Amino acid sequence: MTGLNAMTIADARDALRRGEVTSVELTEACLSAAQGAQALNAFVHDTPDLARQQAQAADARIAQGDAPAMCGIPLGIKDLFCTRGVPSQAASRILDGFQPEYESTVTQNLFDAGAVMLGKLNMDEFAMGSSNETSVYGNVINPWRRGNDETALTPGGSSGGSAAAVAADLCLAATGTDTGGSIRQPAAFAGITGIKPTYGRCSRWGIVAFASSLDQAGPMTKSVRDAAIMLSAMCGHDPKDSTSADYPVPDFEGAVSGDIRGKVIGIPKEYRMDGMPGEIERLWSEGAAMLRDAGAEIRDISLPHTKYALPAYYVIAPAEASSNLARYDGVRYGHRAALAQGDGITEMYEKTRAEGFGHEVQRRVMVGTYVLSAGFYDAYYNRARKVRTLIKRDFEEVFASGVDAILTPATPSAAFGLGEMTDADPVQMYLNDVFTVTVNLAGLPGISVPAGLDRQGLPLGLQLIGRPWDEADLLNTADVLERAAGFVEKPAKWW
Amino acid sequence: MSIDLETAARVAKLARIRVDEDALPALAQEFNTILGFIDQLNEVDVEGVEPMTSVTPMRLKRREDEVTAGGMQARVLSNAPDAREGFFAVPKVVE
Repeated sequence: MTGLNAMTIADARDALRRGEVTSVELTEACLSAAQGAQALNAFVHDTPDLARQQAQAADARIAQGDAPAMCGIPLGIKDLFCTRGVPSQAASRILDGFQPEYESTVTQNLFDAGAVMLGKLNMDEFAMGSSNETSVYGNVINPWRRGNDETALTPGGSSGGSAAAVAADLCLAATGTDTGGSIRQPAAFAGITGIKPTYGRCSRWGIVAFASSLDQAGPMTKSVRDAAIMLSAMCGHDPKDSTSADYPVPDFEGAVSGDIRGKVIGIPKEYRMDGMPGEIERLWSEGAAMLRDAGAEIRDISLPHTKYALPAYYVIAPAEASSNLARYDGVRYGHRAALAQGDGITEMYEKTRAEGFGHEVQRRVMVGTYVLSAGFYDAYYNRARKVRTLIKRDFEEVFASGVDAILTPATPSAAFGLGEMTDADPVQMYLNDVFTVTVNLAGLPGISVPAGLDRQGLPLGLQLIGRPWDEADLLNTADVLERAAGFVEKPAKWW
Repeated sequence: MSIDLETAARVAKLARIRVDEDALPALAQEFNTILGFIDQLNEVDVEGVEPMTSVTPMRLKRREDEVTAGGMQARVLSNAPDAREGFFAVPKVVE
């Protein structure tokens, strides 16, 4: 066996229960791997003392028998989650020094299940970005490289630290959040699995809000089975989030049966984009063939409003962000600008927000302010919400016609070089989310599964989109795809 | 729809973000790029379509109107850049 830090959740759980390994040993292996991986810049706040305490408690609980599956599993936590007494600043300068007095529901659920937190993970500022280049902590470096080429590549974003940490085996799994693709795109860029569940499945309470009608948390893991195990522990109804669904949480792992005979998999023609690399097109066809070989029926489908998903998203998400980020005013927490003689409260707000927010966040807050302003609200915001209704309707019609899941590429390219998009206009960067953003607008579950390498040796992912509240079926299909693709490659260690 | 410097300055003001005069042209240019992209939405026929208010058809839960939390002044103030005598402190608001 390679290091304990390279284990999957499922294997670690079984080994813990058999007494072959302790959570303290797993945790030490991860802490030492993280210590040796500073070059990746994935962990930004380490919590080794807390991790050791939690690991000891987990070992005691396991010894008593009947411990939950996540008990003793060392995790990385995205910096967007508020964690009590531990810096939680959404990779933003404006939350410098913020140490929440409370715990997010998702991390609390994980801790209640016995999970261990190793530290907080880097991300794009306020989860706004697709390359992890907008973080106050600096860029995360993807552990994958183009063969022997040493060019530093992006791990994707916004959950870039989570993707890099899982791919480099600095933890067994990590939490992510996904507003337009922020779990699935970095998972694809780093050769790991990531699922965004149905909107309302995970409580948003205590997760720094970006766009409240789109944000969802989810696990980023080394296998589909692990995603099923960890998702079960993360979700559940929470009275503190009024949009959290009061539905029972299924046994997602138990649903992974390996049998998809008779399932109908839709292939949406609108996802065949002009200029899409041949390798991605090929991988997509191969994925469809794998599911067909497993007994599924492959059916061509149409989602006619796909083209309008990104423009609708870039109205709705900034609009909600401008409202959510109004709370960062230098009064209650985080950074406050130094004021000049005679400055009043307006100057305090304006200087604090100019210093505290990075460029991309400022741009999105201002775009959101504009589309919500008097005279433009109907033309932009209301029109985008109507288009969103149509996008959701496209999916509803496809599912009503008997389709069980939809197969698409996860991203339009493999990981690109850090800095390569610096001179591009913002819209070029937004195109990264072209295959993932529809899922957030429609509130559906979506999962990215690593399915192959491109000719430069970089991982590529496929996305499966499921019916609302049917993550169990989606995970089962994803498991079949994962087995058929047989993706076992790991990045060669250079860090 | 094109954003001029005056509009860019007005939006920055509404958003309470200080933008230096010499940064306004670049900002207006970025707004125009993004809004140009968004303008594709005008191609869609939305006649008779309801704007989405909730992505999952779910009735918001109700609860008794009663105090469920409180009495934690020190914790509420613990992260404030400036807290005095049990209050958040800000620059003078009224002359």
